[in-house]
Amino acid sequence: MKKRKITVGVTGLNNIDSPGPGIPVIRGLRESEFFDVRIIGLAYENLEPGIYMHDLVDKTYQIPYPALGSDALMKRIEYINSKENLDLLIPNFDAELYSFMKAADRLKKIGIHTFLPEMKQFEERHKAVLPEFGKKYKIKVPESKTILTDKYFEKMEDEDDFKYPVLVKGKYYDAYVAHNDEQAKTAFHKIYAKWGLPIIIQEYVRGTEVNVIALGDGEGNTIGAVPMRKQYITDKGKAWAGITLGDTNLLSLTKKLIKKTKWRGGMELEMIKTEDDEYYLIEINPRLPAWVYLAVGAGQNLPEALAKLALGIEVKPFKKYDVGKLFIRYSYDLIVNLSEFEKLTLYSEL
Amino acid sequence: MKVNKNIAVSESGFLFDSMSGDSYSLNPIAAEIIGMLREQKSVEDIKKTLLEKYEVTQTVLDKSVDEYIFTLKKLNIVK
Repeated sequence: MKKRKITVGVTGLNNIDSPGPGIPVIRGLRESEFFDVRIIGLAYENLEPGIYMHDLVDKTYQIPYPALGSDALMKRIEYINSKENLDLLIPNFDAELYSFMKAADRLKKIGIHTFLPEMKQFEERHKAVLPEFGKKYKIKVPESKTILTDKYFEKMEDEDDFKYPVLVKGKYYDAYVAHNDEQAKTAFHKIYAKWGLPIIIQEYVRGTEVNVIALGDGEGNTIGAVPMRKQYITDKGKAWAGITLGDTNLLSLTKKLIKKTKWRGGMELEMIKTEDDEYYLIEINPRLPAWVYLAVGAGQNLPEALAKLALGIEVKPFKKYDVGKLFIRYSYDLIVNLSEFEKLTLYSEL
Repeated sequence: MKVNKNIAVSESGFLFDSMSGDSYSLNPIAAEIIGMLREQKSVEDIKKTLLEKYEVTQTVLDKSVDEYIFTLKKLNIVK
């Protein structure tokens, strides 16, 4: 079969110790039997390793941070499109999704397809409103509260139902377990300095963390879903190794949630399985996670399926995946000529 | 007593629980016991078989097998 040529813009090339999903998404696309892809990397920082992985990324452009406003980002994307004629754009950072979702129509007008959650889906699964989400979709979630000041911790146990340990979380990223006021305040300031307010306090549910990667077609169907348990966790809480599970309860819970929410796009469910076999949803990441290549390796090429959905190509749901398949990350030193770094730094293109 | 259906044991005695992702290395006798449980043999029959096959006293065998079964139950490998 002759492969269909497409040009895809991908963000999240920061393949570091807390990796973005860009590189594994690209690996999935590169292994597609349906598409012949030209990959345009979209990078925020000039040291994102993916920029220099020329076997995976054909060309990279720097783009402005979402904080600089949606308009600046879109103008840059329009410029890139005038050079590269993008068919598809796959954003991989939580913090940039809002800008790209807002601009989906504007992108489509210039021929760039996306396959992102709808604004309502994106907003209602925010960590800050997870309890409401749990009530609405009848799924167990830990109690949580949004706070704006570290003074909250001084009276937390007296005035609220929260008892230590609690989880202190940022709106988009980062989470720390705090066992007392001092630890909670330290975590508050670490997250505040990096990601700003609000900070979320979440009840600490004891159990095993299990995650599910899934892809919804926006009509209530689950195109693919693979559960995974982290086998090795870095000091940043990221999986450095993981294994696919045959947990049918997790799969059925995921399918129910996608059916009820009519979820559109990639997602990662972070759950805690308690000793009593109860499942608590602790977070929904509204995009494919950095361990997406495990799903590809287990038989579900979700990046390829997402690309097909975005381009209006029919996709049949995956029926199986390999249970007991592992991923093990490794670090690797890329050697880069100064001229490449210089080119990207000076001209924002490589 | 039944071995849970999500439990896989390889010929080399590597046990994998596909629900939890946990894995264990079994020694030959531990694997043999799981094999007999799979054949739906009772604990008493398993003990009888092991007593005939290996040089072991009834007391040591009872203690070892009972402890092992207790662990298997605790780890949700059998029910």
